[in-house]
Amino acid sequence: MDNDMVNVTIDGRKVSVHKSASVLNAANKAGAKVPTLCYHPELRPEGACRVCVVEVEGSRTLVASCVYPVSEGMIVRTNTDAVRHARRSVVELMLANHPPDCLVCVRNKNCELQKVAAELGLREIRFDGEKKKHPLDANNPSLVRDNEKCILCGRCVRVCSERQGVHVYSFTRRGFGTVVSPAFDAGLDEAACTYCGQCSVVCPTAAITEKDDAEAVWKAISDPTKHVIIQTAPSVRVALGETQGLAPGAIVTGKMVAALRRMGFDKVFDTNFSADLTIMEEGSEFIHRLKNGGKLPMVTSCSPGWVNLAEMFYPDLLEHLSTAKSPQQMFGAVAKTYYAEKSGIDPKNIVSVSAMPCTAKKAEAVRPQMRSSGYQDVDIVITTRELGRMIKEAGIDFAQIEEEEFDAPMGIGSGAGAIFGATGGVMEAALRTAYELLTGEELKNLDFNDVRGLKGLKEASVNIAGVEVKVAVVNTLGEARQMMERVRAKEAPYHFIEIMACPGGCISGGGQPAPVDGEIRMKRQASIYEIDRCSAVRKSHENPAVKTLYAEWLGQPLGEKAHKLLHTHYHAQHRGI
Amino acid sequence: MQFIRAHVLVCGGTGCMSSGSRQVQAGLEDEIARRGLDNEVKVVQTGCHGFCEMGPLMIIYPEGVFYVSVKAEDVPEIVETHLYKGRIIERLLYREPLSQKSIPSYDEINFYKKQRRIILSNCGHINPDEINEYIAAGGYEALGKALTLMTPAAVTEEVKKSGLRGRGGAGFPTGMKWQFARQSPGEKKYVVCNADEGDPGAFMDRSVLEGDPHRVIEGMIICGYAIGADEGYIYVRAEYPLAIKRLRTAIAQAEEMGFLGKDVFGSGFNFALHIKEGAGAFVCGEETALLQSIEGRRGMPRPRPPFPAVSGLWGKPTNINNVETFANIASIIVDGAEKYAEIGTEKSKGTKVFALTGKINNTGLAEVPMGITMREIIYDIGGGIVDGKKFKAVQIGGPSGGCLPEDMLDLTIDYDSLTAAGAMMGSGGLVVMDETTCMVDVAKFFLTFTQSESCGKCTPCREGTKRMLEILTRITNGEGREGDIALLEDLARGIKQTALCGLGQTAPNPVLSTLKYFRHEYEAHIKDHVCPAGACSNLTGYTITDDCRGCGMCKKVCPVGAIAGEIKERHVIKHKVCIKCGACEGKCPFKAIRKGA
Repeated sequence: MDNDMVNVTIDGRKVSVHKSASVLNAANKAGAKVPTLCYHPELRPEGACRVCVVEVEGSRTLVASCVYPVSEGMIVRTNTDAVRHARRSVVELMLANHPPDCLVCVRNKNCELQKVAAELGLREIRFDGEKKKHPLDANNPSLVRDNEKCILCGRCVRVCSERQGVHVYSFTRRGFGTVVSPAFDAGLDEAACTYCGQCSVVCPTAAITEKDDAEAVWKAISDPTKHVIIQTAPSVRVALGETQGLAPGAIVTGKMVAALRRMGFDKVFDTNFSADLTIMEEGSEFIHRLKNGGKLPMVTSCSPGWVNLAEMFYPDLLEHLSTAKSPQQMFGAVAKTYYAEKSGIDPKNIVSVSAMPCTAKKAEAVRPQMRSSGYQDVDIVITTRELGRMIKEAGIDFAQIEEEEFDAPMGIGSGAGAIFGATGGVMEAALRTAYELLTGEELKNLDFNDVRGLKGLKEASVNIAGVEVKVAVVNTLGEARQMMERVRAKEAPYHFIEIMACPGGCISGGGQPAPVDGEIRMKRQASIYEIDRCSAVRKSHENPAVKTLYAEWLGQPLGEKAHKLLHTHYHAQHRGI
Repeated sequence: MQFIRAHVLVCGGTGCMSSGSRQVQAGLEDEIARRGLDNEVKVVQTGCHGFCEMGPLMIIYPEGVFYVSVKAEDVPEIVETHLYKGRIIERLLYREPLSQKSIPSYDEINFYKKQRRIILSNCGHINPDEINEYIAAGGYEALGKALTLMTPAAVTEEVKKSGLRGRGGAGFPTGMKWQFARQSPGEKKYVVCNADEGDPGAFMDRSVLEGDPHRVIEGMIICGYAIGADEGYIYVRAEYPLAIKRLRTAIAQAEEMGFLGKDVFGSGFNFALHIKEGAGAFVCGEETALLQSIEGRRGMPRPRPPFPAVSGLWGKPTNINNVETFANIASIIVDGAEKYAEIGTEKSKGTKVFALTGKINNTGLAEVPMGITMREIIYDIGGGIVDGKKFKAVQIGGPSGGCLPEDMLDLTIDYDSLTAAGAMMGSGGLVVMDETTCMVDVAKFFLTFTQSESCGKCTPCREGTKRMLEILTRITNGEGREGDIALLEDLARGIKQTALCGLGQTAPNPVLSTLKYFRHEYEAHIKDHVCPAGACSNLTGYTITDDCRGCGMCKKVCPVGAIAGEIKERHVIKHKVCIKCGACEGKCPFKAIRKGA
């Protein structure tokens, strides 16, 4: 008998669980579904919402099962009159202070509050008193906060502080006036928010959502004078299916392309193409820094949440960031120059849309630096969630639709581009290319397993042409902060660091479908590597379209034209307090 | 050698200071110097006597003459007549409200006579800024005894045996709490004193801290020794600046004396003490919220278990007691647990300090033995109801407590009987209400407080108390609905069962206890649109009393025909018709019409 296990009786069924388990864990193990709202499997439990109350024998009151530890011999009842009544009362109280506009709410049918209310059989709200009034916070390009829909579960507070280490949100005021907000009721644009959007992923209601840009896309599509093109990020194709009722991690590349054509896009391109381009530039930059005593460690710059963090919290370390633009922005710059020229379309008539797993990408697109084509390089950014809703709006039967291929040339991408969607992918793609460019030899095993996986910090050492190149890969901004504190203290013995703002990288970015948990994340990740494994071309420098682009038009990586179009600069952001 | 023939004690508590005791003291010192008496008369500023309503207070020893409501203008006369000529000034003596007799001596006053002052024994009698006065009164003897003659286990055992229960509210046995913290594994442990007294009207902790800060400090050091902690925090609300100032002085003096710091009494035991000022949140009186606040976070309770004894301040085993609890420790150690346990009832030992307020003649602080009846406190110590009005209820235990009616006046005061009656010991606030107090309005008052002080973390407390308050508000506005009482009861039960912390779980008590004992008042508001106490302005109806002779004048003057009755028979007002214009009241020659129902 394992000493770390305790025996608990749940609704008359005996289960054995680890002594560190909560009553909720034990109940789930015993097959009892206990409703939850403030609880999130990846965050520290708070016991705030009180929806998960159960009866524990010997306890004076009902207890919140998510925070109540099990003990030997504990007898728990999850389905009694008192429990059902208490849960209904709690949700009734929430709804009495919540806008009754479910039918026109962006989270309709995908709202945890709605789901819990339905499951509890709530049929009446007996209170018709005051409802909270709060202004909308919509002064930023990425996120919208509607505190009238907030149920004060505190998940956003926890994800922002515990996981992302940014601490934008906290509870303020008291009693009925309690509200979650940045300090001094600042908007997110005034607070030190990176726009990573993790809060919008964990929010159970529509209190924090992505800024919805779908209408702008429809408007462009219906304008006959506009040539509307779209790029789709590597991680969108392994998550979009979830918005259409498919299994988590389903690879829907072909269906997605077909759907986008049906929606009316003139060209459907792939961000994997410009991810390969990024590797050409960033890889070359790395080799250049390595050979010429440039600033090391070099840190990737394709995650705009991370770039915002760096500009706000580490303005003294901006020289470490690669000057290479992100794949989204390289695509945008090339689309309105090279593609426009090649296809004979006036760039002013091109509307460049991108489908991204990310809310921070919306803010990245409007950075003043991102106009190297002479126009705003990427016009509209929509998240996977918005794209999912648009597919439904368009009446496309996603399950039935026949798969189609991306358009050439900017729809051609390698497996190396594909793995940008998972943490470690950029590093792996860069190593594949850097190795071959530096050694001139063919890389035998393309899989750098040390940099794969969902761990917050991964380290590897690769011998390239006699140099032991030390690399590190981190994901989540919390991990990024720890790493950057080490860089600042000159205690980070690496040459190259990949940083992704979101847990697991873009596969669970701030614009991806909710819910996300470890299991879903692993499925999306597995699909990303599956796409790579099945790709005919798995190295960025072997992407034929990229090769042509350099040969026909760009010249050399880091060359003059490349420098103008594909590189950027950073500056300190003074936000927050 | 200097011979001091008289000591003049001037109260320097917050209450007396705000009524001018500082000017009295300054004037006195000047006058005494001017008269050349400064070698024989000594002026001492003391802490609170607890009889703040009569302040500024002054006691002149050796006679022990007690002067009340002393003004700066009275000073020359006091010096001339009392200190010079040795005559008592009659007009400054306290008069018993019922007998109107003036009483010269402190101990003879009913307010003090029935009290049993252990915790407050030094308050008002020593200078709180002077550690030697505390030592002269037996202070730090307990610490010496504990550290040099007793093991930590023996100290804990003694506290357990004394039967002392937490004075902060819930009444958890203090010795048990100490034992949990003692047995909790860990090198680093903390002692925390909860001095975030926040119940409306309660000020016993403030008085102890202002009047006898060393008593609390001594209790904390002994606790540190017992549980194996070397560091302590006093969490004082910032609204108590005088208490904070006196605590700082006391800590500095105790450090200088070696009662705090390294190797106390050569025992090898170290103890450091810090003050953390609160930021004005009622919820920080809840122990887990208090710990969060010390750690620099927003004061919001966290779920228990783990209890602070296992994982408290910065995750270390922590023992938290309130001010009054710590103030009991020294006498338990010095006199022994058995002696201490002689006072009180079987399950509630020792004394309890109550803050008497409301419609009572003697408001102030009263320390009484557990087991005393409510009647003794209100009528003997409190001197009865103001203006000879009729007693209606006493609210005990603050926002977590409840209202008890007249037929509970003979209830003995102890933790368990109060809880059984639907109230709570709480921190010891006693608000006395007379016939003009509306019980729905009282419930509304407390719900307003708990709602605005809810930390907002858990749904039942944040949203549920708001809905209860809305219902109470509409009832007192005359807009109560059929079913409102049932709705209130349903909400109250739900909140008690599901709220996260003690504050939320007890927040419905004022409503539940008034519903239990004064349900008819709720019903009168809702069904008859009448506030029986005549307190709710929308429902201030008029009633015709037995003095009515049936003259019919009122019936004639009523503009809406709301009065019925035959000539020479008692008339009645139809409340649903009455527009509360008051015309009838002015017309009645027999004064038989009054406001209220």
